[in-house]
Amino acid sequence: MFLPENGLILGTGGANSLAALEEAVVASETTLVTVALRRVDAAGPGLLPMLDRLGVRVLPNTAGCYTSGDAVKTAQMAREAFETDLIKLEVIGDERTLLPDGVELLKAAEILVADGFTVLPYTSDDPILARRLADAGCAAVMPAGSPIGSGLGISNPHHIELIVQGVDVPVVLDAGIGTASDAALAMELGCDAVLIASAITRSDDPAAMAAAMRHAVTAGRLARAAGRIPRRFHALASTQDDGIAEW
Amino acid sequence: MKLTINGQTQDRSGTCSVATLVAEIIAAQRGVAVAVNGTVVPRSAWGRVDLADGDRIEVLTAAQGG
Repeated sequence: MFLPENGLILGTGGANSLAALEEAVVASETTLVTVALRRVDAAGPGLLPMLDRLGVRVLPNTAGCYTSGDAVKTAQMAREAFETDLIKLEVIGDERTLLPDGVELLKAAEILVADGFTVLPYTSDDPILARRLADAGCAAVMPAGSPIGSGLGISNPHHIELIVQGVDVPVVLDAGIGTASDAALAMELGCDAVLIASAITRSDDPAAMAAAMRHAVTAGRLARAAGRIPRRFHALASTQDDGIAEW
Repeated sequence: MKLTINGQTQDRSGTCSVATLVAEIIAAQRGVAVAVNGTVVPRSAWGRVDLADGDRIEVLTAAQGG
């Protein structure tokens, strides 16, 4: 299984320094972190050696791609660079929302699946598109809770639940998580993992937030497995009336 | 010959393989991928592929990103 056992994938974008990022990776206890692919002069040194030293696996992404063609090329470069078939497939629709372009995304997913990749698409919270991606052979689907970096949490929990019910592959809540309760909610809704970057890397204390997210994911997963009580419109006493004193 | 390497043009004389070029640009080998004119060149072929006048080369590596 490519997903970390603890259900937390760390995105490496947004960290102030490699040292802060390293502390966050350690505190998250994850085994899988995302990386982007950029020209060597712009990328800066040290990231990959640090991740190798920590023994975490790399999940390359196609961040910054707006067409299926660009995303496919980037994925092929990532496979060559990191010797992994895993790819977080991102095909963005516009700069303002950074939301996925579903048409280009599905096209790229089909090409990459046929080319032997383990495709993890960053998708919208549309249950039908998620199903189409799963049907196309994607190894998981990664719906956005809300736009990347927004910290708005899960805007449409019902759609996330529908996605969980509608596909047979793992569901990873990707994008939009702002704080620990959002991560717990994702797991309570039935997601198999969450992918968090900004909420950790751009917090005041990334290592502390990474630990908070780790605990939240565990709590949400345990709560989901335990089975929450149904919601009701009126109270249901938890203390029996039998034996109550008469005054 | 004129090469465009990561968007910068460079004039070179003599032959130059992908492997030679990569070694000049970056010390690490792991985590590096190369495309010539939009086509990925597998690492195993770097030594065999000579660059030609007008080639556009992209040399990419890991960067922070979600």
